[in-house]
Amino acid sequence: MSEHYPALLVTVPLLSALFITIAGWLKKGLCFPIAVAALSVSLYSSLGLLMRILSEGPVLYLLGGWPPPWGIAYYVDHLNGLILTVVPLVALLNLIATKKVVEEEFPEKIGPFYALYVLMVTGLLGILVTGDAFNLYVLLEIASLTGYGLLAMGEDRAPLSSLNYLYMGTIGACFYLLGVGYLYIVTGSLNMLDISSILPSLYQSRAVLVAFILCMVGLWIKMAFFPLHAWMPNAYTFASSAATSLVAPLMTKVMVYVMIRLILTVFTPKFDFTVLAVKGPFVWLAVLAIVAGAVLALAERNLKRMLTYVIVAEVGYMVGGAWLGNRDGMTGAILHIVNDAFMTLCVFLVVGNIVYKVKGYRFENLKGLCRTMPFTMGAFVVGALSIIGVPPTCGFFSKWYLLSGAIQAGHYGFVAALLFSSLVNVVLFFRVIEISYYEPRGESHGHGASSPALNEAPVSMLVPLLMVAAGLILLGLYTGDIINHVIRFAVPASLS
Amino acid sequence: MSDFFSLLLSKYNYWIYITLMMIGLYAMIAKNNLVKKIVGMNIFQTAIILFYISIGAKKGATIPIIEHAHERHGSEAGSFLVQAANYINPLPHVLMLTAIVVSVATLGVALALAIRIYNRYKTLEEDEILSQIRKE
Repeated sequence: MSEHYPALLVTVPLLSALFITIAGWLKKGLCFPIAVAALSVSLYSSLGLLMRILSEGPVLYLLGGWPPPWGIAYYVDHLNGLILTVVPLVALLNLIATKKVVEEEFPEKIGPFYALYVLMVTGLLGILVTGDAFNLYVLLEIASLTGYGLLAMGEDRAPLSSLNYLYMGTIGACFYLLGVGYLYIVTGSLNMLDISSILPSLYQSRAVLVAFILCMVGLWIKMAFFPLHAWMPNAYTFASSAATSLVAPLMTKVMVYVMIRLILTVFTPKFDFTVLAVKGPFVWLAVLAIVAGAVLALAERNLKRMLTYVIVAEVGYMVGGAWLGNRDGMTGAILHIVNDAFMTLCVFLVVGNIVYKVKGYRFENLKGLCRTMPFTMGAFVVGALSIIGVPPTCGFFSKWYLLSGAIQAGHYGFVAALLFSSLVNVVLFFRVIEISYYEPRGESHGHGASSPALNEAPVSMLVPLLMVAAGLILLGLYTGDIINHVIRFAVPASLS
Repeated sequence: MSDFFSLLLSKYNYWIYITLMMIGLYAMIAKNNLVKKIVGMNIFQTAIILFYISIGAKKGATIPIIEHAHERHGSEAGSFLVQAANYINPLPHVLMLTAIVVSVATLGVALALAIRIYNRYKTLEEDEILSQIRKE
């Protein structure tokens, strides 16, 4: 059983999508339990897989027994083993937290919604687990297509912004596909490990350079790396909060993983950082992304849109960290993938709770919320502190590694951008906390001391949120263990 | 000048796919009608399918099926000496079967979204939709 964990991870949610669709026709109440069960099996398998990797090293799983390069192989090492545990956990917590939202917002479409939900998780898990460059493209499109569908279920403007996302996302995926095509022309292989063993003699080839550029640009579109981020704010803002809090934490982070996988495994650090002279310019692009994300977020008076721009800046952190080309920068980028998934989940779940109770997410809707929804806003404060990077929370530690990597690389532009963005985050989040704490609600104005009644979100939404908030602190406290036992092995020894 | 033409002719499959791709990209950027944009997107995807198919082709090669192989049985069946140069590479074709499925699915999702947009705004022209959004 345990040797089949890599396949179970992907096939169980895939098959459950079928059963959820059938349950949607027959008995709607069954959809949610099936989805929970499927994601739990995925989570269990991913944890088992991580344990096995920690004790035995990387796992190669041959689908149908065909050895690579002929068959498709699943390859799990410390890098994707770590992120494989994050994706089902985030998806499961969000699934439980948003049950009430789904039942209220689209009671007729519970079946399709949950089917798309588990299919998206299938796609993301497949991207993480696969060791085949073309297989990755197919799963990328599975995750994206279901993402377009999920994001289109929302306000009136949601279909239009989702269609714009679809145009951009398709261009991104096509660029990646073209890049894989060029790699196939020069190496004749699609297996990532095989490609990386054939490539070294071809490092001077122009086709490899073209493949590299096409793959990077394609992935940057998909991960909303500034200036290719234009699809993201609208797509995430107008979607239902149940869909946003799934897509926002996972999609961009998994794309960053794919970029790191290409940097480390397919093209190898020697090619990325020594043969090509792109390290500096790419980090400067990341600096631009961080500054632009921070400034654009500052201009928003709408909580959900503001958070999408915070994601733009966070993507800049990870891309910059990965391209610093040293051990600390790469460690910081990988750790930040994990941390940012939970931080983003935390703040978007808060938005979900607020929308559920107040029916709005503009700044003026937030007045007095600290009194009426103290637990939700408490979790928001923890999430905010983590995104700012205050010590006991996890955000501090990944930022610390990114900073130390930047100083080692002598890239002070990146140091300055990180500090600038942290300061802007302080302003951003304390502005929200100030509005929700000090400004009284419209109706209770003038009554002075009489405190308004507690109007908190239901327990089923609060418990997962508080778990995520506590998780942010726990993740921070156990950073040392994560780095010593997992990430240390994920970064290749050739990177000093 | 003749160098340029020989370059153009020897690598014509790449020129064709790039041209098609740019036509698709132009339609996605410049067209105002949402369905025309979707058509542009499909041209863009098809260009890449053509690119893949063309890299599998070889001069003077035939389809990758071994003639009369089914008449032999047992241990003989696996004992063919195959000259790879005589057969085109089937792998890009197989990959593109999957890519065609992906592009059909993308087209389906895009058209479904276009229907939702039409039901809401009663038009598919992007500028009219945007002016309606601004009025709200």
